[in-house]
Amino acid sequence: MTGSGWPAARGFNTLSRMRREWLTPALILAAFGAVVPLGLGAQSGDIPRTASGKPDMNGLWQALGNAHWDIEPHAARPALAMQPGPVVPVPANGVLALGAVGSVPSGYGVVVGGEIPYLPEALALRDENREHWLDRDPEIKCYLPGVPRATYMPFPFRIFQSEAKVFMAYEYAGAMREVYLEDPGPPQVDSWMGQSVGRWEGDTFVVEVNGFNGQTWFDRAGNHHSAGLHVTERYTMAGPDHIMYEAEIDDPATFSRPWTIRMPLYRNIDPNARLGQFKCVEFVEELMYGHLRKNPIR
Amino acid sequence: MDTCARIRSGRERGGVGRPARGGSRWAGTLLPAFALAAFASVPWLNQPVSAQEKADPDWVMPRTPSGHPDLQGNWSNATVTPIQRQEGMGPTFTWEQVQLIESGVMTAREAAAADSDPNRGPPAVGGEWTGDPLFDAASGGTGGYNAFFIDSGDKIAVFDWEPRTSLVVYPENGQLPGLTDEARAWFAERRRNRGDMGAFDNPENRPLAERCIMSFGSNAGPPMLPNYFYNNNYTIVQTPDHVMIMTEMVHDVRIIRMGEPRRLPKHIRPWMGDSWGRWEGDTLVVETTNIHPRQSLQGIPPSEEMRVIERFTRASEDRIHYEFTVEDPLRWEEPWRGEVPFNRLDGLVYEYACHEGNYALENVLRGARAEERRNR
Repeated sequence: MTGSGWPAARGFNTLSRMRREWLTPALILAAFGAVVPLGLGAQSGDIPRTASGKPDMNGLWQALGNAHWDIEPHAARPALAMQPGPVVPVPANGVLALGAVGSVPSGYGVVVGGEIPYLPEALALRDENREHWLDRDPEIKCYLPGVPRATYMPFPFRIFQSEAKVFMAYEYAGAMREVYLEDPGPPQVDSWMGQSVGRWEGDTFVVEVNGFNGQTWFDRAGNHHSAGLHVTERYTMAGPDHIMYEAEIDDPATFSRPWTIRMPLYRNIDPNARLGQFKCVEFVEELMYGHLRKNPIR
Repeated sequence: MDTCARIRSGRERGGVGRPARGGSRWAGTLLPAFALAAFASVPWLNQPVSAQEKADPDWVMPRTPSGHPDLQGNWSNATVTPIQRQEGMGPTFTWEQVQLIESGVMTAREAAAADSDPNRGPPAVGGEWTGDPLFDAASGGTGGYNAFFIDSGDKIAVFDWEPRTSLVVYPENGQLPGLTDEARAWFAERRRNRGDMGAFDNPENRPLAERCIMSFGSNAGPPMLPNYFYNNNYTIVQTPDHVMIMTEMVHDVRIIRMGEPRRLPKHIRPWMGDSWGRWEGDTLVVETTNIHPRQSLQGIPPSEEMRVIERFTRASEDRIHYEFTVEDPLRWEEPWRGEVPFNRLDGLVYEYACHEGNYALENVLRGARAEERRNR
């Protein structure tokens, strides 16, 4: 990737200007696949801008689609936790009561090229994570989601952008991160959300994230990484209400080469929309501590 | 790391269900201790008074592109000035007293930071109580938190260029007003309803901070008060339609929407409430309602009538004047008001991932169950 912009985003932007009224998911997919000559680039006047002329990303954003279930292409399946059945596997007892609510919708995947280039041992761990999803997925315990998972959780997030600061507040778990505009140097501590340092490359906001603790996942499908993860995010506004989001994943301990995810982020244009509060820590107390009650209720 | 647990356990030794005014109570006792320490160390008395602060006449208010005062950056409201004034004190210290108290704090900090004796024996069974409420509350006398962890503030609160003896400025005696009859009846009812439920029976019987739901000491507010222990740090980001205040403790993000309020329905009461802001001249005024019924303030859970009005005024390069009024006609006999300086914090604010490492809550409950088995 270069700093000159993202060809697909430019193509999307052109589509967005011409066809915004009837843009469909199929067209978005087509735009992703298309190699659009740079000459068809967007009119810069198409997007909101701050006082200093930077793209203005202030607002409430959310990814659509099913990347939060599994970032790789996947078919619908009955549940994330399964057990053997007499004919075919069936939902595990722990999720059975949820019925269709606990089923996994299909997803076209957000990994460029379709497949995550795991090293063999890391792939084995991913499969093991899937087997033990109920015990291992940090989302189940309301743990902080890390980056990039925070971006495409099935919850909105708000970008606060001023001339001096950029800050992202996520509805899920009240997660947040400041994107430092001045590099403070190497992270002093490991953390769940990492240390984010941002810069503008033309109209693209590029965020380097590292300093992770290695305990976060990419999705509910067991896709994982080590503490050595380095994420390079690119936020490119493709119109007033769309950000093309891209994250390059570099983690030599887990993957054979760097790889990339891409997806559009959509602005919630409802004037009544606001970032809700989902402080889920108290919601998981029965799960985590119920067995330690004086009188357990299960 | 979860720290909250032992702090709260220690501080709330009086028992759950009693309206504890923890923060203010033990913070209040810090001052005389440090003041005495200062008087006892003679060399300080010979030093010139240098702490006095004055307004800088050349200072120009920093402003955002929209022309409003720029409140952005990292700030701290840590202080040794207690929430409520100590009896017999006037509203302000002299600068000589400030010098003595702050020197005393530094002396105590230096002593706490000194190398320990490698040949010392083990602590007594049950711990060694230091008599310093800060350390005893944190460690239970067995050495949990030492000076490395604790960052409780080392400065007297200076507001309007006056060193203050309390953060509460109204009622004029610097004390919280009394509770209404209705509030007393409400507490009595709650105690009855809880029956003989023990403080360690269920996770829900533990304080919010121990459960990693909110900070102790109303850090995130409103009103945003120091916790007299650590991490009293905030990040403010300002956009044309929002002011965002992130509280280091439990990474709580307050989102203040600017403009005509469109309030949440009465029954939706989030943590930190529903905040709307407006500019009155160069002061940001924030009104908050719909505060969560379990988000106690000074030990008193808010009623649905509670309203907090906050006023943020940039006073200098290094300070925001933060004023607040708490109104809750169902709880407090009259509104009360406080003034707290937010001082510029140089440095980053790190992630406070409380729940993710909350071994304390699990072990507190596990310990209670083990004790029950032993006593059976």
